[in-house]
Amino acid sequence: MIIGLGHYLTVAAILFVLGIVGIFLNRKNVIIILMSVELMLLAVNINFVAFSSYLNDLVGQVFAMFVLTVAAAEAAIGLAILVIYFRGRGTIAVEDINQMKG
Amino acid sequence: MISLPVLAFYLFAAATIGAAVMVISAKNPVHSVLWLILAFFSAAGLFVLLGAEFLAMLLVIVYVGAVAVLFLFVVMMLNINYEELREGAQSYLPIGGLVGVILLIELIMMGISWQFGADVTVNAAQPTPMLTEVQNTEALGRVLYTDYIFIFQSAGLILLVAMIGAIVLTHRTRSGVKRQSIARQNARRPEDAYGLVDAEVGAGATIPTKKGQGERP
Repeated sequence: MIIGLGHYLTVAAILFVLGIVGIFLNRKNVIIILMSVELMLLAVNINFVAFSSYLNDLVGQVFAMFVLTVAAAEAAIGLAILVIYFRGRGTIAVEDINQMKG
Repeated sequence: MISLPVLAFYLFAAATIGAAVMVISAKNPVHSVLWLILAFFSAAGLFVLLGAEFLAMLLVIVYVGAVAVLFLFVVMMLNINYEELREGAQSYLPIGGLVGVILLIELIMMGISWQFGADVTVNAAQPTPMLTEVQNTEALGRVLYTDYIFIFQSAGLILLVAMIGAIVLTHRTRSGVKRQSIARQNARRPEDAYGLVDAEVGAGATIPTKKGQGERP
């Protein structure tokens, strides 16, 4: 029995779907939504690395690194926005977020 | 007989997916973050199985060491009633499940009908060297610091912008904090601080107010 490309793609697909379901399931909590986005980015990275490994092409891993970089930056900025939003409003419920007055 | 790599794959895959399920369904966000860390660790294991050791270590360092800790920090810093946010999650389950099932069906359909192009294996932009010649980290470095140096630099720029942005966003100047202002201290001259007044006998003296008087640098 050999683990092929399809196995990894299946794992990544399930992970991506779980990320999307997570966004729907936790519609009020921004922190969990951000975590779901991280899960989806992880699924994308698994796809990149799986293809890179099975096609013997290093560029996939290089690109996965950049995805990792942007994901880290996104998490930092997102959580910073969350912190200042919480300071101003005292809540992080998503349905209240319809304005950003400084 | 199942060989060890196969067993390892199923172990890591099951751990990743199980942890992801717990991330989105845990009641306490702190538990969610901890499950997220487990998911990242298991994904790093998958990366090792794929031969991408450097990315696996990067995943552990960047995600577990930085991003997940940042999440944990924010979750614990904000004083939020999470039970209130949790309300109505059950009512979102049907629509969320529907979207998830539709997406999964689409992905399965694509996975069945999809196939490689004819000469995809010979068209590799940067063919991976044999593992006996060069380790994964060194091979990645050789590509990253030569052909992809500008993209690498711009990735660093993105991180710099994110860092400055996060600092600017969350920085606040508190009122009521006494700080030393060296510039004002140096700019203060003796004539700003005191003066001589001729006082007539019996009439007293009016104290002239000067600029800078009464302010304590």
